[in-house]
Amino acid sequence: MAKTKAGDRQRWTEETLLPAIEKKPERDTRFTTVSDLAIDRLYAPEDLGGAWDPSRDLGMPGEFPYTRGIHPTMYRGKLWTMRQFSGFGSAADTNRRYHYLLSQGQTGLSVAFDLPTLMGRDSDDPMSEGEVGREGVAIDTLADMEALFQGIPLEKVSTSMTINSPASILWAMYLVVAEKQGAPWSRLDGTIQNDILKEYIAQKEWIYPPRPSIRIITDIMSFAAERVPRWNTISISGYHIREAGSTAIQELAFTLADGVGYVEAAIEAGLDVDQIAPRLSFFFNSHNDFFEEICKLRAARRLWAKLMRDRFHAKSPRSWMLRTHVQTAGCSLTAQQAYNNIVRVTVQALAAVLGGTQSLHMNSLDETLALPTEEAVTIALRTQQILAEESGVSHTIDPLAGSYFVETLTARMEAQAFDYIRRIDEMGGIVSAIERGFPQKEIADAAYTYQLQIDRGEKTIVGVNRFVQDDKRRPDTLRIDPAVESEQLARLANVRATRDASRHAKAIEGLAATAAGKGNLMPAIVEAVRAYATVGEICGALKPVFGEYREQSVL
Amino acid sequence: MADKILRLGLDGHDRGAKIVARALRDAGCEVIYTGLHQTPEMVVNTAIQEDVDAICLSILSGAHNTLLPKVLRLLKEKGAADIPLLAGGIIPDEDITSLKASGVLEVFTPGASTGDIVAYVRRHVPGRRGAVGA
Repeated sequence: MAKTKAGDRQRWTEETLLPAIEKKPERDTRFTTVSDLAIDRLYAPEDLGGAWDPSRDLGMPGEFPYTRGIHPTMYRGKLWTMRQFSGFGSAADTNRRYHYLLSQGQTGLSVAFDLPTLMGRDSDDPMSEGEVGREGVAIDTLADMEALFQGIPLEKVSTSMTINSPASILWAMYLVVAEKQGAPWSRLDGTIQNDILKEYIAQKEWIYPPRPSIRIITDIMSFAAERVPRWNTISISGYHIREAGSTAIQELAFTLADGVGYVEAAIEAGLDVDQIAPRLSFFFNSHNDFFEEICKLRAARRLWAKLMRDRFHAKSPRSWMLRTHVQTAGCSLTAQQAYNNIVRVTVQALAAVLGGTQSLHMNSLDETLALPTEEAVTIALRTQQILAEESGVSHTIDPLAGSYFVETLTARMEAQAFDYIRRIDEMGGIVSAIERGFPQKEIADAAYTYQLQIDRGEKTIVGVNRFVQDDKRRPDTLRIDPAVESEQLARLANVRATRDASRHAKAIEGLAATAAGKGNLMPAIVEAVRAYATVGEICGALKPVFGEYREQSVL
Repeated sequence: MADKILRLGLDGHDRGAKIVARALRDAGCEVIYTGLHQTPEMVVNTAIQEDVDAICLSILSGAHNTLLPKVLRLLKEKGAADIPLLAGGIIPDEDITSLKASGVLEVFTPGASTGDIVAYVRRHVPGRRGAVGA
């Protein structure tokens, strides 16, 4: 690599830089990323250091360590999947939105469930009052799932489902709907989030304690490996960790540490690393700081590839590849001057694309106010299409590689994330670290620090702490009809009244017995779903065996 | 000024609640943070048991129109209607008007600074027990 001549920098500093600064000081004494990482004035070849080796540290696209991307042709071969996360109201309401999005050129589905479903509770559970269909679609039984995918051939779309603690149940419902459509399980494409560790760390939608939860996950992995081989069994998620207020490095570190935890659990359950690792996928956030986000994704791929090859001795290149979905940062959106969010989201999405994501959700401009309207979600989808088709960024692979700044920051983020992973190893692994509240405390501290920086004006949020406008206009927002809840309760009551009661009772009994033993839970869950057992009934059968999680709140 | 932060609903988003709790604590309040997944009954019972000066609830799930009136009703039923109720979260303007009319003291929405919230609590929530204020 060509180096600048020794002494160039010193000469420049003395002859050109210092006199300029003396005349006009820089705008600030310290420049930092959104995560408070200090950024230097200039990056030059010497910053990369003599140890930097492009053939080792970057490799080639589609080859270890995948810094430049996991596919040999990247977006020249296939654009990223445009997947807008969507769900609200009843299954029929959401089904209409899916048909609309597919007709507008969206290429994959992504299901948002309502809170009761995410928590494994039925719509008629007292804790569900006021929440049914509010933040996502309400699903109680197979009947709702059938309505959700009415007229959508599951063999032809790929579907991502954001569901964690009850993931096995919603996945079983999807499999049974596919079966009823005549779509063979071996041909189904999709993802269940199924990432319980980040629930304890950040998103806080749990049911059972960590250890039985991990058993459910390894049962899913082994069932998928045999029966649904193209399914991504976990989407290991940094998204929620970041939304909870972590820094970019913490997001990277805790996500990969969770990944390490799942691989260790699978190996402990007797599974082969090369059988399960290719079905692990990832899910990262893309926040405001453009270069930090690009470097985070590049560092994630490199670090994961090394962990898989060198720590777990995976042999298959498919096990080394970190495939990821990215969603722009919901927490970066502002209610003030909400139309500015379109621009924020565009910058965040561009970072995700330059970072080499496989699929992308762009938030809609109104999502800090409510679930998005059809108009807002269309703007988000069109923005993706403009980036893909007009901007030219998809023409060449990893265009920022070799940038002194990008490579320096990538290496620094990788090193600091690796350091966190080492500390977590020293605590006995991620489950022990969670049990002692370590990631939770790190994130809470970072969130508080960031908020104080905003409140003191050290970090600028346009329209919030600078360039404030007294403008009360708000975009029109989506309202969820309160009748959604009562209608869902009626549908649920009808299913309970008309299903085959003895088949249902037998299925629930069988599930409880399987849970008490060591067998794979999935076949018993599939049978319960076929018998139209509700999400709450299935979780209810498991709770006495597995127990329920109680958090020690960390402030 | 003493104050208590309580968390309501199934919603798992606790970033805002925790930040507000810490800011109030740093400002000298005694803050009792109940953690996630609380029902209106749990919130009201804890508030009465702990004899708090105010209840602050964080709701981002859209269930505010169901949950906040229920908390107000339970407070009234248990003779604790004098405990002021503050809320924060993703709550549309038109709902804020009706919630305030029904007795919610104040509603903070995204973009509110910790300074605004602390200042509001200092001004409007006098400690009945003469608890330490900063």
